[in-house]
Parts: sequence; C-alpha cells; structure tokens
Amino acid sequence: MDIHEYQAKKILSNFGVTIPRGGIVYSPENAENKAREIGGSRWVVKAQIHSGARGKAGGIIVCNTPLEVAQATDKLLGKKLVTNQTGPEGKIVNRIYIEEATDIEKELYLGLVFDRSSESIMVVASTEGGMSVEEISKEKPETIIRSKIEVAVGMQNFQARELAFGLGIEPDLIRRASDTIIGCYKAFSELDATMVEVNPLVISKQKQILALDCKMSFDNNAMFRRSQVSELRDKTQEDSKEIFASDRGLNYVSLDGNIGNIINGAGLAMASMDMIKLAGGAPANFLDVGGGATPEKIVKAFKLVTMDEKVKVILVNIFAGINRCDWVAEGIVDALKKIEIKVPLVIRLAGTNVEKGNKILKESKINYIEANTLEDAANKAVAALNK
Amino acid sequence: MTVLVDKNSKIIIQGFTGKMGSFHADEMIKYGSNVVGGVTPGKGGSKHLDLPVFNTVKDAVNETGADASILFVPPAFAADSAMEAADAGIKICVAIVDGIPSHDMIRIKRYMRRYTKSSKMTLVGPNCAGIISPGKSMLGIMPGHIYKEGRVGIISRSGTLGYEAAQQLKNLNIGVSTSVGIGGDPINGSSFRDIIEKFETDDETDAILMIGEIGGPQEVAAGEFAKENMKKPVIAYIAGLTAPKGRVMGHAGAIVSAYGESAIEKVEILKECGITISKNPSVMGDTVKSIIEKI
Repeated sequence: MDIHEYQAKKILSNFGVTIPRGGIVYSPENAENKAREIGGSRWVVKAQIHSGARGKAGGIIVCNTPLEVAQATDKLLGKKLVTNQTGPEGKIVNRIYIEEATDIEKELYLGLVFDRSSESIMVVASTEGGMSVEEISKEKPETIIRSKIEVAVGMQNFQARELAFGLGIEPDLIRRASDTIIGCYKAFSELDATMVEVNPLVISKQKQILALDCKMSFDNNAMFRRSQVSELRDKTQEDSKEIFASDRGLNYVSLDGNIGNIINGAGLAMASMDMIKLAGGAPANFLDVGGGATPEKIVKAFKLVTMDEKVKVILVNIFAGINRCDWVAEGIVDALKKIEIKVPLVIRLAGTNVEKGNKILKESKINYIEANTLEDAANKAVAALNK
Repeated sequence: MTVLVDKNSKIIIQGFTGKMGSFHADEMIKYGSNVVGGVTPGKGGSKHLDLPVFNTVKDAVNETGADASILFVPPAFAADSAMEAADAGIKICVAIVDGIPSHDMIRIKRYMRRYTKSSKMTLVGPNCAGIISPGKSMLGIMPGHIYKEGRVGIISRSGTLGYEAAQQLKNLNIGVSTSVGIGGDPINGSSFRDIIEKFETDDETDAILMIGEIGGPQEVAAGEFAKENMKKPVIAYIAGLTAPKGRVMGHAGAIVSAYGESAIEKVEILKECGITISKNPSVMGDTVKSIIEKI
C-alpha cells in the first residue's frame, strides 16, 4: 500500500525526522490562508498523487505570494497528472500540500528497502539526491553507499554515523543526520513498511537536515495490525477495477491488451499471459482468483473482467485441485446466468474431474469455445479475437 | 532417501481443528500420509478425526514422535507457530498460509539461526502448495492423483503452475520423485537453491524442473549454484514475460524491482548457467522429456 508524501512526512516527523513546515489543503481559499499561516516569503505547492517525478509533470509549483499559492492550487486541483510512473491515464489531484520553500545547500538520497538476498533491511544512501535511485545507479553508481541492518537488534548508531560520514556531512551535523537515518529505520521496522525513500534529503543553508520529499509503502499483509496506517489508504489513487478486485479477495492488475483473463493461481496466471503473448495477443489484465477458485470467486471475476471495456475475448483457465472441475464448471455456468457476456469466451479446465467439468459446460448450452491445453487456450483466444 | 518427506514421516497438523486444517488433514490421510495428530492450543486431550489433539507442539512431539508439521493457522499467528515447531524439534515444517507479513518472515528466519545445521528445521513456504513424494507421503494441499511416481524433482513457486507441470509430465508418462512448492512470498523458508541442493544428493531424483517467476534473486542464485555444484540436469521455466515492471503480480514476491528480476533477464542468466529453458509453459513436460532421454 502506498501513501501520499504529506502522510509519509507526518509519520517520519513522529520518528524524529525534521520536515519543512506545511499543511494539506483542498481548495484555493484554504491554500492562501495556509500560506499565510505557515509564513515566510516563498512557498511550494505540491500536488499529492501516488507517484514520483511529479515535478517534471508540472505538479510542483514554487510561489512568491499567498495569491500565487491560491492560483497554483486552483490550477492543480482536479487535474490528472501524467508522470513516467502513472501510465498514460495519469492520477487525479485531490489534495494539495503547501510547504515553506527551503534554501537548499545540498541534496542527498536516502532509501530503505527489504533486501531479499540477505533477508535484512538495506539502507541505501547517495550524495546525488534529486535523481531517482535508478538514475543514480546508472549514472553515478560510485556515490551509492549501503548498510545492511540486522533486524533482530535494529539499526545501531555507528551504522547511521558511517552512512552520514559517507555522505560527506560536516561534523557538526553528523548527530542530526544519524538521528534522521535512525528515525527512518524505526518508521520502517515499527510500521511494517516495505519502502521508505527520502529524496531529496537536504541540508539547508540554515544547516538544517530536512526531508524535502518522501515516499512510504507498506506490507498489505501486515495491515491487520496497523490500523492507523491502513486508514491512510487513498482509493482515488488506485485503479477502480483493482479496488473492486481487492475488496473481493481477487488479485487483479489492469493491463493494456484486449484478452481478459480469469485464472487460478498467480504463477498459472502469469504463464497464461505469456502464452497469449506468444500466440500474438495481449492480455487485458492479470487476474488470480486464488488457487482454490471457488464458484463465488468465479462469479466475482466475471463481473470484474466484463467491467473492462477493452476486453474483446475472455479466457478462463482453471487448474482444479481440491476444488474439482465439476464444481468450477457449475460456478462458471452460474456466473453466466447472472452476467451477460457479449464477447467470445474460451474455457480451459484441467486437473481433478476434468471430464465431468467439460460435460457440465457442454450440457449447459452456454456459448463458449473449449480448449484443452494452455497453448490451445491461448491460440483459440487470439483466433477468436481476429474473427 | 526421499527429499524432505517419506512414508515414515510422522506428521502433525498445526491448526488441526479448524476448517482448513481438518479438510486437508483428511485429504493427506486419504493419500496415505502418516498423520499422527495435531495441535490446537486449548483443545489438548481431545480427539479429532480419531487422532489426538495437543496444546503445544512439544507435547505432540513427546507423545507421538512427530518430525513433520504443516501449518493451517491464520497469517497473524503463523510466525509464532513456525517458531514453536522449530523449538519443539520438528525437522520439516510446511506453511501453507498466504498473507504472513514480511517482517514476521524475517523474524522466523533470524530465530532459527540459533540452531546448528543438523538440528535446524527446514521451513517450506509460506504461501505454497506444500510437498509431495508421490506414492509415499503428501505434506501439502495438492491434488495427489496428478502426480505419477518417478524420478523428476519439481520445485515451484506457484501451486497451480506446479500442478500444470506434474500433469504435463504424467501425460508423457514421466513421474515425479518429489515436488516442493516454495511459495510466492518475497521472503520464504526455503529457496530454490536450498531445495535444488537437496535434489542433487537425492538418489531417487535424476533431473530437476525449476518453475520460477519474476521478482527476487532466488532463481539466479539457484542457477549459479547449479553451474558450480550440480551434475544432474536442471530445466527451468520462468513465468511473467508480459508482467509490467513495478507491479505485484498476485504473489507478494512477484514484482520486478531490480536488474536481473524480469523473466527475460532471468532466462538469459539461467541459460549462461547451463540450465535448459522451457521456452513456454505448455512445453515444460516436453522439455524435461528431451533432457531425461539423454541421461
């Protein structure tokens, strides 16, 4: 789960990280007042969307008067911002963060992620703040310093200090810098985060160490014990079909193609998508109804896939184990009584009681194309598209 | 030797009296697995499915001599249950449950560092289908009848894609020595490399089919291990050719976040390690067949 910049800043400031003064607003009037309340003579108006690279997309505007702040807010609110991370459809701006402008002396990068090789938390830092970590590792890999943290004992002061010295921070600020790094680590480990990124972490001309922009992501599997974090979810930043899916226990990812998929198991779903591509087609979605593929989930899956107007063919591929094919077939027949399908439907069943399952489908008089193997299913789906 | 489980494995079910635990315990017993009892805290002393229920794993081990366990406890309590099994002297534990927080998985693995190699429990999963040694024992939730007895080892992240492979092999009259589902989570109990190493020393296995997917370093680590240390042929398929970067594809671990984690990159690296690639998921069986015919 992702959260907004202003939410991440609030969290990090609770863990001792210094952030510029700012506040969230929802209207231009609000924005003007907020700017006066914050004080100073320069403000930054920041569109809050779940994406980085907002600056290049015009989502961050520096203003010199409260009136300009109001105008910039007016310009951004309700707009769809398209960045290199949002996809062509962009993300809608519903919240604006007004922040005092910072006099920047130096921009640094600080990121924390799980390291899957060492199964520890990895802290990554660089003197090249402001660039994305991908750009840094491509263009200035020599500036990257890393520290692996043993989670059983947590981050130690010396580890944070080493990173701070490694970033070339002047001696007077080392203490503040290590407190900032440890604060980020604590937020990561205490809130079940999967990613904390402060980019840039800046040293201001006034010798403050400030988190100027930050991002946090959290482990969806841990939200049951992080109610305060899960409340920060902003559904306006998510694909409506993906929300529909996650609310119903389905794993769904919206894609660009036109062959809709209903498959049980994430691996089998990815494999079926691969077969579609090899057959010359393109998947409209990834959809895993779960290894068990209960009839209820299949009804929900049909609802979801038919919501997508791009879909010109639907491919169902179920490998039934404990949930026998006859049971799955009944689920499909039941779903098709409730939902009208206007596009060709290819169904491939495999596994336990496959003959019984196919018999039920045949006798049900539903209009479909039967397929026997993964390859057959993909070929028939692509052929149906071309008819 | 059979990798991880055999006819003599004494199995207990953690979360025995729940709906999932009961159902799958019954399936395992029907398959012929030697299930000796189960654990549900607070229900010790009672009977379930005609088998004894214990309050703690230690009690179960002391009374039944259990050496294998399978977890059907909710994700919030799974880490605790896995550590309890390790502490009670269980040798192999399969965690079926999907949804264990990553921070908990790290905690389990750190906890298990206290044991020496010889006394350390092997944890398989979470978010997996479990283990089957066809004709001998099933410590999992797979449909047992799709596996024919034989000499090919299967390791798969995905459950249903592993079934697909077993079915393809069976259709070609090829059997399986053991199939291990290592699960789709970013941090898991046993990696591809851990299991591939066990297959290399298993005298009932001639060749290994490894079914990986996008995300994480484990397929490549197994490939590098195979290149340096293995004599048995390894065949691999990597799912997710069409998966977009930065998106989680169902499995929490199936996300491309670094170089070498996409399907194409993994395939290239595995080829360089001398591993035979199944070019698509519908020819996993055929590819294995072409290799074992040469042995």
